[in-house]
Amino acid sequence: MTLYAALLYYPQDRYWTDLDHAQHAPDFREFAEQASAADVLRPGGMPLRPSGTATTITVDGGKGGDVLVTDGPYAEAKEVLGGFFLIEADDLDEAIRWAAQIPTAWLGKVELRPIAPMQGGTAIRE
Amino acid sequence: MTPDEALAETIRVEGRRVLATLIRTLGNMQLAEDAVQDASLAALRTWPETGVPDDPRAWLTVTARHKAYDVIRRERARPTKEIAAGWDAPMAAPDPAAEVIDVIEPDSVVRDDLLRLVFTCCHPALAREAQVALSLRTLAGLDVAAIARAFLVPEPTMAKRLVRARQKIAQANIPYRVPSDAELPERLPAALAVVYLIATEAHAPSGGEAVARVDLEVEAIRLARLLVELMPGEAELLSLLALLLYTQARRPARTDPDGQPVLLEHQDRRFWDHAAIAEASGLLADAVRRTGGVAGTYQLQAHLAACHSTAPSWADTDWARVVGLYDLLLTLTTNPAVALNRAVAVGYLDGPAAALAALDAITGLDRSHLWHAARADALRQLGRPAEAAGALRSAIALAPTDPERRLLEQRLSDLD
Repeated sequence: MTLYAALLYYPQDRYWTDLDHAQHAPDFREFAEQASAADVLRPGGMPLRPSGTATTITVDGGKGGDVLVTDGPYAEAKEVLGGFFLIEADDLDEAIRWAAQIPTAWLGKVELRPIAPMQGGTAIRE
Repeated sequence: MTPDEALAETIRVEGRRVLATLIRTLGNMQLAEDAVQDASLAALRTWPETGVPDDPRAWLTVTARHKAYDVIRRERARPTKEIAAGWDAPMAAPDPAAEVIDVIEPDSVVRDDLLRLVFTCCHPALAREAQVALSLRTLAGLDVAAIARAFLVPEPTMAKRLVRARQKIAQANIPYRVPSDAELPERLPAALAVVYLIATEAHAPSGGEAVARVDLEVEAIRLARLLVELMPGEAELLSLLALLLYTQARRPARTDPDGQPVLLEHQDRRFWDHAAIAEASGLLADAVRRTGGVAGTYQLQAHLAACHSTAPSWADTDWARVVGLYDLLLTLTTNPAVALNRAVAVGYLDGPAAALAALDAITGLDRSHLWHAARADALRQLGRPAEAAGALRSAIALAPTDPERRLLEQRLSDLD
């Protein structure tokens, strides 16, 4: 089994305000119900507020250095991260099948990233 | 084939089968590859003295397994190191008694393992260049240096590409699995595209020395034959192999004694490999029978290759059929290069005015030297030399290689 983050990307100009979420809520509910019933959806997934509310933090000069705070998301991209689900699947093919059920896959894009296992507070690289 | 070459060929062919099975049983692609590599080197060292064993595959399997288990034992002795990410590997130490019994896998199991390897290497979650590199490394058994030379990239670049691809397979948990019949229609095209890409790379003008290049044309045909052996009923696959064989059959006539390319139009057809053409025609007929007249893109391309390969001469080519096939191909692809080839064929069928009209109707090729050269040819035949010269100058400015530029400059001076 592999744990994947399904990162939900939306077109910048249509995310949150213009996207009529009430209209898509039944599709999201349907995905969440089916994925929960199949024991694939793990707790922890969350929607994010619009990228206009984002604050980007950089510490300049290494640990303990100057904290630089800028308004907005890290990357000025056409698409913004709008939330994520945690999906535990047998393999990538099964994860892809579930990701294709998330409404974001047709409203924007879904990126699947395997979660790195942790050991002693650090991610295992290999 | 010399005895040494025959030996190397045996090791290479059997080594792929051993690798495909070992990846499944070890659950780790990198480990299996290193182990088979070591076993192959050991075979190359010892077989010339001891003779080839009765069952080379069993010999390679046992040797590769022992190499792999040695690595696992060493890794285990290092408590901090995590091994075998990705597939849940059965890492239990082998039982020597069981080993002798289960070392010879039935052919059906080996076949499925090779299919698993094909579809893992060509998984859509991998970039096309990673699919190509992995296929040449694991399915064709080429070493990294040879693949790097073939694609004109430095060896460390190719090595890094392969490491990244294997890491993605392990960490994203790309399954080692044969696609179901329902999945096959969406998974097979990637495998065909990989083989086709390897073959077209073989014909692309090379920036390197021809002698230093791996014979990608041979490798593409080898891979296509392997896929046909594994999936004998797939019509597009049969068509792809036919297409590659038609092209390879022209090889003896494709260059002049000085190594300069000879255009299809001017090739001496007596030098074509007529046995390869006959095999291609048999495969294509089989593909046609299986599709019942609904041709895919590879079948149409194979029919086009057949038009040229079975015509007694350039002048006797069935241009009406060629144009008709391009028309069908254009219903399946929007590739402007196909439209360009169609326009050239229209010229042979209906004359230069029709060709020029067809060429000018294509959009998106104004950066292509081939399009400008084709326009120049039509304009010259129409008795418009000034415009033809202008088109040739555009083509010369855009030509990607020196030999092509020289050919175009020759045409420009012939205009006067």
